[in-house]
Amino acid sequence: MEFETISRLLIFSAIVVYALAFVIYAFDIVSHGSSAKAAPARANRRELVTAGADAAGGQSQNVSADESTPVISQAAPANAPRRKRRNWLRAGFSITVIGWVLHVAGTVLRGVAAERVPWANMYEFALTGIALAVGVFVFAQLWRDVRFLGVYIMGMATLFLGGAASNYYVEITPLPPALQSPWLVIHVFVATLACGFLAISSGLSIVQLIRQRAKRSGFIASLPNADSLENTSYRLAVVGFILWTFTLMAGAIWAHAAWGRYWGWDTKEVWTFIIWVVYAGYLHARATRGWRGTASAVLNLIGFAAILFNFVIVNTYFTGLHAYSGL
Amino acid sequence: MSRPSSNADPLRPDDFVDAESAKRPAPAPKNPELGFMGWVRFVWRQLTSMRTAIVLLIMLAMAAIPGSLVPQESSDPNGVIQVREENPGLLWFYDAFQLHHVFESYWFSAIYLLLFISLIGCILPRTKHHLKALRTPPPKIPARLSRLKGYTVVPGDADDVDRAQKTLKKLGYRTRLYEGGVSAERGYLRETGNLVFHVAMLVLLVAVAVGGSLGYKGQRLVFEGYSYANTLSSWDLFQPGRFFSADSLPDFSLTLNELDVVYEMENKEAFGQPTDFTGYVTVTDEDGSHDEIIKVNQPLNVQGADLFLLSNGYAPVVTVRDDAGEVVFQEPVPFLSQDEMNTSLGVIKLPDGLDEQVGMRGFFYPSAVPLDTGAYASGYPDLWNPLMTMQVYTGDLGLDDGAPSNVYVLDTDGMTQVAGGDSDTASLELAIGETAELPDGLGTISLDEVVRYAVIDIQSDPMNKTVLVTAIVLITGLITALLVPRRRVWVKVTPKGLEVAGLARGEDPTLEKAVEDVADRLREGSADQADAPDSPKDDS
Ligand code: HEM
Repeated sequence: MEFETISRLLIFSAIVVYALAFVIYAFDIVSHGSSAKAAPARANRRELVTAGADAAGGQSQNVSADESTPVISQAAPANAPRRKRRNWLRAGFSITVIGWVLHVAGTVLRGVAAERVPWANMYEFALTGIALAVGVFVFAQLWRDVRFLGVYIMGMATLFLGGAASNYYVEITPLPPALQSPWLVIHVFVATLACGFLAISSGLSIVQLIRQRAKRSGFIASLPNADSLENTSYRLAVVGFILWTFTLMAGAIWAHAAWGRYWGWDTKEVWTFIIWVVYAGYLHARATRGWRGTASAVLNLIGFAAILFNFVIVNTYFTGLHAYSGL
Repeated sequence: MSRPSSNADPLRPDDFVDAESAKRPAPAPKNPELGFMGWVRFVWRQLTSMRTAIVLLIMLAMAAIPGSLVPQESSDPNGVIQVREENPGLLWFYDAFQLHHVFESYWFSAIYLLLFISLIGCILPRTKHHLKALRTPPPKIPARLSRLKGYTVVPGDADDVDRAQKTLKKLGYRTRLYEGGVSAERGYLRETGNLVFHVAMLVLLVAVAVGGSLGYKGQRLVFEGYSYANTLSSWDLFQPGRFFSADSLPDFSLTLNELDVVYEMENKEAFGQPTDFTGYVTVTDEDGSHDEIIKVNQPLNVQGADLFLLSNGYAPVVTVRDDAGEVVFQEPVPFLSQDEMNTSLGVIKLPDGLDEQVGMRGFFYPSAVPLDTGAYASGYPDLWNPLMTMQVYTGDLGLDDGAPSNVYVLDTDGMTQVAGGDSDTASLELAIGETAELPDGLGTISLDEVVRYAVIDIQSDPMNKTVLVTAIVLITGLITALLVPRRRVWVKVTPKGLEVAGLARGEDPTLEKAVEDVADRLREGSADQADAPDSPKDDS
């Protein structure tokens, strides 16, 4: 079989597996809502402690939720629903990882088949971008328990990967001269990685907003508190913002070589700028009295909405020099 | 007050989260008796508040949106023409709001100028304060450490204070001994980075503006085998910056020896897609003549000016003779490519030399394939079977009134078609080396050969390097500002032992770990000392 055929098969399998993970995460939420009302929000406290820990912190990692599961179940037989819930989450996360491995393999094989990096048209941008977003989600798990975002991340991954595989698919074509540059590898990769971080950050902001409003019901009460969600979200957004700033600059350097000017307000450049400015607003809001919490979370979501708009709408419906969608 | 403070804290706008002034009453003018200066101060305070900065940033983002919805003169001039033709009723609207020049418009400029004024108003006091903070020792030890982050007690007494200070110093803290303990602070770089970042944005804006006004941009079409000198008059299009002086044009001439284009032939999905453009040129300047290459993504720098290869096409070399056989026209004629297979459209205007003014308009097919309709199409973008077809018009070319005319457009209003279309004569068809009779015994036209042309853009921006360096400084400042934690740590002697605790200054997720680390080191240190009472003396 050709690499490209295998790649497609892997991507379709990844979509199915992601969808399955989505269902399991969703089931976790539903079942929690019905069965775990009695369970005290004990996980919360642990979440708070971990929230204070270093990203690379050794100790807190070891106490990650998985290993603490037996402790919880031993301690309290009355907590049976809670254990079941843990199992659902674990299953969801394992399946996410399986889907991700298939997805990454499919993306890499696409690159192997094309004999270049797999990010030269919309289909490939989507493959790589979603793989990075799910990757950030998976690796963030080493740092914080963010599995409650599974529904959001898997929902988006299934939707976008499915959409890309069915609507954006194009055969492999060689790179047009304007894309033949080391900057393709750097600029596009960093941009998609930035989007991955910002995607997870936006998910946390959504949960934060929900958490602030509905404090009592079962599943929501089991989530980390709004402050800790906001802090985690902020930290991911900071990394995303730095990467996005780099994207903007690398893009300008590349534009100078490819188009003869470093900044020309091409539609894609306009949107890169808009996104950057919105996130700068978000960072300020985080540092401003009266804007922390809801207002800054909303700005974070507007920023991510602008990213999605930039990818889906600007790439397909707007004209400009960045006409590499390959559609 | 639970948090210790000193007047050396970075001065932030009033509404900054950690602002010292958080508890002060809001400074609002209560009545007009405040006086002129009072109002000025009030407005300035408002303008330089964080809230205003956020609002202006949001406004800036929103103001940029129309710049992507409406075609811009600078990035998409053809789109502008098209939109204006399609919406004649809206022209007043586009013009009143400068919607084709969003990024130079008065409203967009107003927003970013306000933002930058606000920024300056923000940076100045903070810089002053930060410079002072850099010279100020860490503040006194708060009365009750137990309320602070990471509070721990480790064994030790007054004799361990020196050791504690050394430990903190080793960890990069600036320290100061106080009665009964050590006060330490680190992470001044965070504020430095923040200030560097904000200043760099100002510098960047200025550098971009200055570069634009000193530099220039130009464009010129060059045929294979032809040369041109870099003089003002040799450019087809020239856009000088406001303060450009013609002296800054470097003195060189350039010959395009060959434009090599490679097309994809193997991959059926991309059949005919260009995969490489390489311009082989000879540059003659003060260093003599040297051969160079220009490619897409690989501009050629000649004496500080960058030359770019941006587009290209075919130019049939056409000779027209009058009825007596005298040559009246012999030039390459640039044709504009219309599709992927380089079906190209071109125009020849002959105002003089023939009995009548003659205009020709036609297609060039690099690989002509006859269609069922009798017309042609191009089946491949390279020169496999070149063919030129021409419709011929006679009459008034409309060039005499001196109005500038587009060389790619033939205005046939005052002309009669004499070949092609509904006229009695068929369109002229010419392969390379062929000659055809013009109708009405006007003369002949021959297609001698076909060369390629390249459109070369020249650009010089004396601030390019400055902009790049500033951008690097900017992102370095940003990373420092966002990732370096700033914190204070105190070690205090109490009867229980040494109390250790910390206080975050700004975002600091790792504070507790850091305090724990200090405490661990103190514990280890005291264990070592217990093992080896003769441990080396203070060597500072
Ligand atoms: C020109 C537009 C501006 C942009 C793009 C911008 C961008 C940023 C960014 C990205 C940060 C995060 C870095 C950090 O937290 O240290 C930041 C922080 C900050 N900015 Fe701005 N800024 C702008 C204008 C302003 C203005 C006008 C003010 C004053 C009102 C201001 C005051 C601050 C302050 C006090 C911080 C520190 C926040 C913190 O410590 O968390 N900025 N700015």
